[in-house]
Amino acid sequence: MFAPLRSQPVWVIIPVSLLLFLLGWHFFVSLGGYDRFILPGPLDVVRQFNLVIQDGRLLRHTWITVSEILPGLFIGLLVATPLGYLLAKSPLAERLISPYLIASQAIPVIAIAPLLTIWVQSVYWSRVLVAVLVVFFPILVNVVAGMRAVPSELYDLMRALRATSWQVFRKLELPSALPIVLAGLRVGATLSVIGALVGEFVQPKSQGLGFLLVTARYQFKTDLVFVVLITLAIIALTLYGAVILLEKRLLRWQSKS
Amino acid sequence: MTAPPFIQVNRLSQSFDGETRVLQNINLSVPAGAFVTLVGPSGAGKSTLLRLIAGLLTPTSGQVLVAGQPPHLAGDPIGIVFQQHNLMPWRTVYDNVRLPLELKGLSRAESEARVLELLALVGLHGFAQNYPAQLSGGMAQRVALARALAHQPALLLLDEPFGALDALTRERMGQELLRIWHARVWHAHPITVFMVTHSIPEAVFLADEVIVMSELPGRIINHVPVALPRPRTVEMQAAPEFQAYVTRVRASIEARLHL
Repeated sequence: MFAPLRSQPVWVIIPVSLLLFLLGWHFFVSLGGYDRFILPGPLDVVRQFNLVIQDGRLLRHTWITVSEILPGLFIGLLVATPLGYLLAKSPLAERLISPYLIASQAIPVIAIAPLLTIWVQSVYWSRVLVAVLVVFFPILVNVVAGMRAVPSELYDLMRALRATSWQVFRKLELPSALPIVLAGLRVGATLSVIGALVGEFVQPKSQGLGFLLVTARYQFKTDLVFVVLITLAIIALTLYGAVILLEKRLLRWQSKS
Repeated sequence: MTAPPFIQVNRLSQSFDGETRVLQNINLSVPAGAFVTLVGPSGAGKSTLLRLIAGLLTPTSGQVLVAGQPPHLAGDPIGIVFQQHNLMPWRTVYDNVRLPLELKGLSRAESEARVLELLALVGLHGFAQNYPAQLSGGMAQRVALARALAHQPALLLLDEPFGALDALTRERMGQELLRIWHARVWHAHPITVFMVTHSIPEAVFLADEVIVMSELPGRIINHVPVALPRPRTVEMQAAPEFQAYVTRVRASIEARLHL
């Protein structure tokens, strides 16, 4: 007979829960008698998926959005990491810069985004920039937290061994802070999707999943809205999974304890 | 004729924040190759003194010399073991022991023989590829000891290295430490050991000389040279001479406490 659900492996649990969700969704729509443009059923969404894959639209828009997300994430990481390191190492820099950083986080990015489209003429780069802004802060916070968590006794050890500052960075700070920095990257990876989408909402110029979403909504193609939402979720999950894989590779020592 | 002292501390005082006086007028000289232990109540500044000798702190006033130089300038790095093992959790046992050699720029191949020799010395050659989290407290502390010896330091500083261990493991670690110290002497690499401990019997058992400190501010109140023969054995701890030394050290601490 069936073993209890709790003891089933992940590859059983996930498809089962997905199937139950789809069934629930299907019966909710068909029994409730909702209109397709209010709440489409899973079959409508699958049909629409098929359609936009066939005519190449989904792939084209997805590609555009992904090409905004990845540089956004990458540049965000590239700026946040050294700045976070500086903030953690220099109390003066922290006192000078962090009030502005925190204040900037109090303003929703959706409110700053229109400004960016005025300043940055390129549609593409203004969208990337919004993604950078969203990704930046969680990574920065985790870099600072990771650096603060480096045990002071290990600094003592490195000093007693007459390590150079480069050696301290390379052999102590980097590996020690890495788990927390990667946790920040995990958050940043999912947020980068939101960032690119916000950028596209502000600059909905005929391309990207955000554009597709906006047009679908105006045309009451609710099933297409669902297609876009699911695609975005898949992108976010893929990025998240990629970071997890990276963690597994870089932090192999953690699984040995 | 006397050899110049390896560690020389002159009129050393140390305060923190310009106020709290932790150490007051410390004078100390340790000959090369000696095993010296430092006992005293907590708060006597024992760890501070050790950190000053390690060059991790700069003296407020007075002078610390190791091999005739201020410790942070001394060419040869020191070996140091703390109360916590302070191993790097992301490195295997092998790579933790290799760290000091890596910092000196030795390649994997160049350091292999030395690392394996050290792991054998502390009885952990079977655990080279384990991570610190997989080790017991005693094993981790032995790895820390092997790491402290990797770059053949002339000075080994031990800050209550066995403080977190149970009594049995602690006793065994003490004997191993003596064994290693003897081995180094015979290899014509005399190693000077300066060890902070809370345990008076341990201090007497290991040392050529026990230095007794009192607290607030930390001062040296007694030097007790231990003339027990070497190599020392566990059985010696039952001997009246051993007990006499323990009593002497304890008396000088208690005399201060009851003033």
